[in-house]
Amino acid sequence: MSFPVTLTVNGVERRLELDDPRVTLLDLLRERLDLTGTKKGCDRGQCGACTVILDGRRINSCLALAVSHDGAHVLTIEGVAQGDTLHPVQAAFIAHDGFQCGFCTPGQIMSAIGLIEEGQAGDDPERIREGMSGNLCRCGAYAGITDAVVEAQRTMSATSRKQVA
Amino acid sequence: MNIFEYVRPNTAAEAVSAAAFPGAAYLAAGTNLVDLMKGGVVRPSRLVDINQLPGLDSVAFNGDGSVRIGALVRNADLAHDLVFAKRFPVVAEALLSGASAQLRNAATVGGNILQRTRCAYFADTAAACNKRMPGAGCDAQGGDTRLHAVLGWSESCIATHPSDFCVALTAMDAIVEIQGATGIRQVPLLEFYRLPGDAPERENVLAPAELILAIHLPAEAAAFAAHARYLKIRERTSYAFAVVSAAAALQLSGGRITQARIALGGVALKPWRAKEAEASLAGAAPGADPFGKAATIALAGATPSGDNAFKIALAKRIVARALALAAAGTPARLPALPASPFAVTSGAPHA
Repeated sequence: MSFPVTLTVNGVERRLELDDPRVTLLDLLRERLDLTGTKKGCDRGQCGACTVILDGRRINSCLALAVSHDGAHVLTIEGVAQGDTLHPVQAAFIAHDGFQCGFCTPGQIMSAIGLIEEGQAGDDPERIREGMSGNLCRCGAYAGITDAVVEAQRTMSATSRKQVA
Repeated sequence: MNIFEYVRPNTAAEAVSAAAFPGAAYLAAGTNLVDLMKGGVVRPSRLVDINQLPGLDSVAFNGDGSVRIGALVRNADLAHDLVFAKRFPVVAEALLSGASAQLRNAATVGGNILQRTRCAYFADTAAACNKRMPGAGCDAQGGDTRLHAVLGWSESCIATHPSDFCVALTAMDAIVEIQGATGIRQVPLLEFYRLPGDAPERENVLAPAELILAIHLPAEAAAFAAHARYLKIRERTSYAFAVVSAAAALQLSGGRITQARIALGGVALKPWRAKEAEASLAGAAPGADPFGKAATIALAGATPSGDNAFKIALAKRIVARALALAAAGTPARLPALPASPFAVTSGAPHA
């Protein structure tokens, strides 16, 4: 039996036929679409390395069965920059050295984008740390990550204000 | 993960009939189920995907002050619903103290109710577990039991229920709306879960194929909104299950408690309502003495199931402190660390 799944990934519609309903969104991105920026860390929803934005919400793609998300829009780390212009969160991670080995970084960045868009944390470092607690960094780059998210939040809200004005 | 048949019905009635199949399970977000399937802990023969069923993804405020929360409402959406959080702040705080933002964005209300214990022996297919395999025995006993039950446990099972949300719901007299093959029934959450006894594989009153459609909170629950808190001790500051937690809610009139609600998490295989402790507070002025007495009553029947006697003392302190926080008043905005004893805006001194 095969399962048709259509996803819009980083703005591009992808029509797929799954021959197995066990395929997670994470494995689909990595193994079928060659989008390997999204990382497989624990594969059990505990580390956040697989974070993507699904229909506007950050989720763990390792726990989402692809077959259950027919018609969804997915944003991955490959889709956040505009050409050579980095997303403000990417730029802030570089400016604040928010990584060491880099393995958790795509998940951290997608989670930070989701956090900022959710609008619950503002630029309060304590709320940002709480809001980012689903992303583990075994190198311990948390101080830089928090600083990066604080700055990106300010940059992005300033941009939004300009757009509104 | 085992092979399973995947079906996607269009109505609740179709879903119930699709689930009337040996080994079938409902799939919502899958945040707990897919994890358990990856570990081989559960091996459903058929997944009945309920994500597209109509009418289950909204929160409806009724004219009488009650609310119906559809089973597919995401945990984050409920907690951040401003009207809901204002009326039922203890539920919102409990929700936001659970899991991570990514999991709360995906996980559903119905799935939260039905999530499985995090007992490490249940999750380890090499260990004996009466819940996973009836009659196999319980390797938790005599093992690493720090986090196991101190109330309502049996020789068959000493696991705890992991939910924070359900602790607050239990305190607020929530009702579960259930679709079965012959119609819809409603069961108070307080009567929904079963204690392990000698059949820990039966966790609740659902019959095979029954489907949770919604959770209801009665209008009376909103009368506690000004004095309602959730407090949760974790082994790290965030993104951890409760060692012990408590929901506490008060109604005050003329400086006296007219009604109290207390429920505990992390202590038993179900959210633990402490009605005798609640009754002890009727007519009392809020204070350390009545709160301490209520906490002692709440844990009166507690016994260690292993190396976890500390949880009894800890639970008493958490109940007393949650009551003190509730008496101090619900904060206008939830603290940065919801339900944490380390929150700077806790409103009560450290116990």
